[in-house]
Amino acid sequence: MGKYILKRMLLMVPTLFGAAVLIFFLLRLVPGDVCEVRLAGAGLYADPEAIAICRENLGLNKPLMAQFFDFVWGYFIFDLGVSMWTGASVVHEIEIRFQLSLQVAIMATFVATVISIPLGIISAVNQNTWLDYCVRGFAIAGIAIPSFWLGLIIILGLLIITQAITGSPWMPPIDYKPIWEDPVYNLSQLIWPAVATGYRYSAVAVRMTRSAMLEVLREDYVRTARAKGMIEKVVINRHALKNALLPVVTILALEFAFLMGGLVVTEQVFNLNGLGKLFVDAVGNQDFNLTQNLVMLVVLIFVLTNLVTDVAYAWLDPRIRYS
Amino acid sequence: MVTETEAEVEAKFEEVAKRKSFLSTCRELIRKQPLGAFGLGLVLILVFTAVFADFLAPHDPVQENFDAMFLPPGDPTYILGTDEFGRDILSRLIYGSRTALMVGLICAFTGATIGLIIGVASAYFGGLFDLIWQRILDVFLAFPLIVLALAVVATLGPGIQNVMIAIIFVKVPICARIVRANALAIREIPYVDAARALGYSDARIILRHMVPNVMAPYLIMLTAFLGEAILLEASLSFLGLGVQDPTPAWGLMLTNAAEFFEGSPWLAIYPGLAISLALFGFNLFGDAVRDTLDPKLRSR
Repeated sequence: MGKYILKRMLLMVPTLFGAAVLIFFLLRLVPGDVCEVRLAGAGLYADPEAIAICRENLGLNKPLMAQFFDFVWGYFIFDLGVSMWTGASVVHEIEIRFQLSLQVAIMATFVATVISIPLGIISAVNQNTWLDYCVRGFAIAGIAIPSFWLGLIIILGLLIITQAITGSPWMPPIDYKPIWEDPVYNLSQLIWPAVATGYRYSAVAVRMTRSAMLEVLREDYVRTARAKGMIEKVVINRHALKNALLPVVTILALEFAFLMGGLVVTEQVFNLNGLGKLFVDAVGNQDFNLTQNLVMLVVLIFVLTNLVTDVAYAWLDPRIRYS
Repeated sequence: MVTETEAEVEAKFEEVAKRKSFLSTCRELIRKQPLGAFGLGLVLILVFTAVFADFLAPHDPVQENFDAMFLPPGDPTYILGTDEFGRDILSRLIYGSRTALMVGLICAFTGATIGLIIGVASAYFGGLFDLIWQRILDVFLAFPLIVLALAVVATLGPGIQNVMIAIIFVKVPICARIVRANALAIREIPYVDAARALGYSDARIILRHMVPNVMAPYLIMLTAFLGEAILLEASLSFLGLGVQDPTPAWGLMLTNAAEFFEGSPWLAIYPGLAISLALFGFNLFGDAVRDTLDPKLRSR
């Protein structure tokens, strides 16, 4: 097992290096840079000398390979540099938003899990009844409804409902407070994006739970358990569910990794200042350094989650052995 | 009097037989895959709307009318109301289906086909070629879709063509990975060795002998991509990076709506419904295609 993990960790290196190459050169294919955006952003005339000084300061006039070397070398000496737009350190820029994105991702994954596993079981146990059709309809609707639109509808619903009840419309707060400072305030802001994205991700997991359960329920050991006279609840929960959960765990874990960087559009709808918004802003400002570090963070989270999931697989299912 | 030759009569017979078989195919589809048939119905409505947009739309979708801004739905001339420029929402929705369908079809077809060729070639050549391609695909697959698409759009600049390139760019690795897994099994079947022994060129073996045998995963990917491409386009347009005003597109309509939707909620409701219905149709249809082509994956 240790050997397997080590091998997988080593395989991550070329993936991360490839991602670094891809994002570094992709960004520099764009004509223009942060200096032009800042000094000539609104179509104003910009002094070429000022632009040259700005580039000199940010190291943008160095040869590409030298810039790339600096970028990669930064990871070895734990110096990620500064945001080219704000001048603050990249670590700081990410740090203040990471918390929010992490919380939304955890909450959304929680919502998805709580919805998907019970519904998937209900749907599989009552296969081809109206209950099953309802759950499947609910799941397909979840895939079809864009989460950013659902977000808009949720805000709209809140406005209308609070208007009807209290007489004055209420909207989720916009500025972020950590959960340990003011839990009610924090949750009243973040629960809605978590529901909007969680519903969408639950849809995939419902279908996965359902088909995995159906497969397991046809296994001989389930028939044996029933033949022994075991109550149905125990058969389902202890014998079937445990074996059906593996693929569902994978799906939920990968979604969590995806949510860490993929909330771009939902954050826009709810006006959240998370990693997704930071990424959109960084791309817009052509802030190369911040963008590439953000991308590397997201890719790192993704490959690490992949690894943890694969290791968890072997742990959850003793039949799987890695070599 | 003109007498028909035997061949002509036969041709007519065949035509009648074909027509019958088409009808019965439809009936069979509805019986066996009711949800899939419903999905196909939605897709056909979408295609019909896109093709005949010129006849269906009551107004010009880009015609601004400053005397009729923010009209709520139910107005006799503007059935679904108007937006902040007084443009007819219904007409913009109808023309928006063109954008959605064009993006969906072109991106799904191109993305899946490039993926197909890379996947099959990777499995066929194996060795170093395969290894390098797999590592490249690993890199692409480690990016969240929207992040990669955003990075590509940032590079190329906003606009519908660049959005389509971005969507194709993110879809290729997914298809290539899945097709390769299937093609690896085909690679081991003796007819590939036989073709090689006959001295056929690599390109011929790939295109004539291997590609037709991985059509099932290819078609499954293709139909799944249709909806995903439409969603991705809507997301990018929503961020203001996709289709640009005044071109009618559902995602873009939602961006503008987000500013005014407290006072005019209909601006946000209808485009979202249109996206959801289109995705619903494509997903149901895609599921049916998958169930038919790959019984192992059947979502019982």
